[in-house]
Amino acid sequence: MRAIRRKEFREYRRNGNLVFATAILPLIFLIQPVIQVFTLPTSASMTLRHEHSLVYMLAIPVLVPAVLASYAVVGERVQGTLEPVLTTPVRPEELLLGKAMAAFVPSVFVAYAVFALFVAIVEFFARAAVASAVIQGPDLLAQLLFTPLLASWSIWVGIAISARSSDPRTATQISVLMSLPTVAVTTLIALNVIPATLGIAVGFGAALLVLVLVGWRVVSVIFDPERLITNTK
Amino acid sequence: MQVSGYRDGPAIRVAGLGKRFGDRVAFEDMSFEVGYGEVFGFLGPNGAGKTTTVRTLGTLVVPTSGSATVAGLPLTSDNEVEIRRRIAIMPESPGLYLRLSVAENLQCFADLYEVPDGPGRIDQALQAVDLTGRAQDVCGALSKGLRQRVALARVLLSDPEVLFLDEPTAGLDPVATLDVYELIDGLRRRGVTIFLTTHRLEEAERLCDRVAILNTTLRAVGPPAQLRDRLFAKTLTVRTVVPLADPDALFTGLPAVEGWRRDGSASYVLIVSDPTHAAPSVTRALVAAGADVLSVGESRHSLEDVYLQLIDQRSESGTP
Repeated sequence: MRAIRRKEFREYRRNGNLVFATAILPLIFLIQPVIQVFTLPTSASMTLRHEHSLVYMLAIPVLVPAVLASYAVVGERVQGTLEPVLTTPVRPEELLLGKAMAAFVPSVFVAYAVFALFVAIVEFFARAAVASAVIQGPDLLAQLLFTPLLASWSIWVGIAISARSSDPRTATQISVLMSLPTVAVTTLIALNVIPATLGIAVGFGAALLVLVLVGWRVVSVIFDPERLITNTK
Repeated sequence: MQVSGYRDGPAIRVAGLGKRFGDRVAFEDMSFEVGYGEVFGFLGPNGAGKTTTVRTLGTLVVPTSGSATVAGLPLTSDNEVEIRRRIAIMPESPGLYLRLSVAENLQCFADLYEVPDGPGRIDQALQAVDLTGRAQDVCGALSKGLRQRVALARVLLSDPEVLFLDEPTAGLDPVATLDVYELIDGLRRRGVTIFLTTHRLEEAERLCDRVAILNTTLRAVGPPAQLRDRLFAKTLTVRTVVPLADPDALFTGLPAVEGWRRDGSASYVLIVSDPTHAAPSVTRALVAAGADVLSVGESRHSLEDVYLQLIDQRSESGTP
């Protein structure tokens, strides 16, 4: 697994398209709320208290890993490297976990880093009333807890799509598209359309945990070396 | 890696092995054995099932019939990982990470094989394919031939017992091709079993102890010389300055000659059981008959003749 992870990190760093896609999404999700917060008058703080602006940033751990994971299998197939890798003693499950970890680590790191940056900018530069309305303890906790769960779910979706695709760009597009329902849910919570209660949070977390475990099993089945190498079945 | 205790039998034993993809037969009813230290050539036209056979023996494809033993282990799902530890496969396409350097590619595979002393093994593998000076080059910037050599270095990393090489000299220039031949000879001397898939018949003839010719089913297995003897009658070719007056009377009177045919105006092909014994008596008879002899020589059939004969037989019989 370590060998796969190390190789994946090296490849990420040298894949300009992947670096660009991984960087641009968090920037979009950072700049837009920053501008919004700085243009709000102090009177808007009352409205903000009923929203969960920080939850909106949970889109980052959904979208970034979707992009990274969508390249995982189809990228190997296109380069012709999947067959040599599968001829080594590595088990398919180890290969998948190595690839999942390689997408998970940078995605979670980027999500936390962007989130921390946003919180710091708001705390230090926004109007005090706005800052206290935006930065709410439960939202911080939600961000910390849901980021790895959302990233894991998104990774399995991305790898599943990657294992069924023959073109990396198509895989990325479908993977991002498949992430949108999750983004929609977090956005609806952020806008208080779905009330952010403890019950909802626990239910959402439990559902994600189940989805992550189911996702892992489904991906293990979809990842059929014989089909991937021979283009049959 | 030389693990003792399982080298009594053959390196590869295949019994009635077959693979179907739905209705399509990739190969079927294949049976052969490959001994340890043997270089075994696998020849056949495109679509004959060569690559699928290699993938099946390499545990990447599950057979639909028959059984096999690879590197001393039965080909079962339980043994897949251990078999892959003992073998290495170089596919037809080099399959390199083009954004990574040569050394990084090799390091990745050394890690996957859990090779002890990775850097040392990488250096040895690079030396073996004469690429030491290109270790830091990005693979995407290498020529096709150099990529092929990196792929060769990759399969040497784990010091495999059985090495499957699929067209190892494809895209290489003549000098690099000779280097690969020397490398294969060196591996053979070290006792590595080599399963060589190739379209180059002269390559198979030069390198292989035995060859198998297949076209979805196995057509023949044996040393090239034995296959020649099995398929073609032994013949002498006689050439004279002018046509013989009565060749039939001359040749049919010789006990060493079983038959003859004309092959041009002053050229004759004689079917004999033993060319070494027949050539002197034929020459003496020709001289006694007053013929001006240009040459008397044993006809040589190449592996290509054997291959074409077998593949033609297959086509004529109408079997796929």
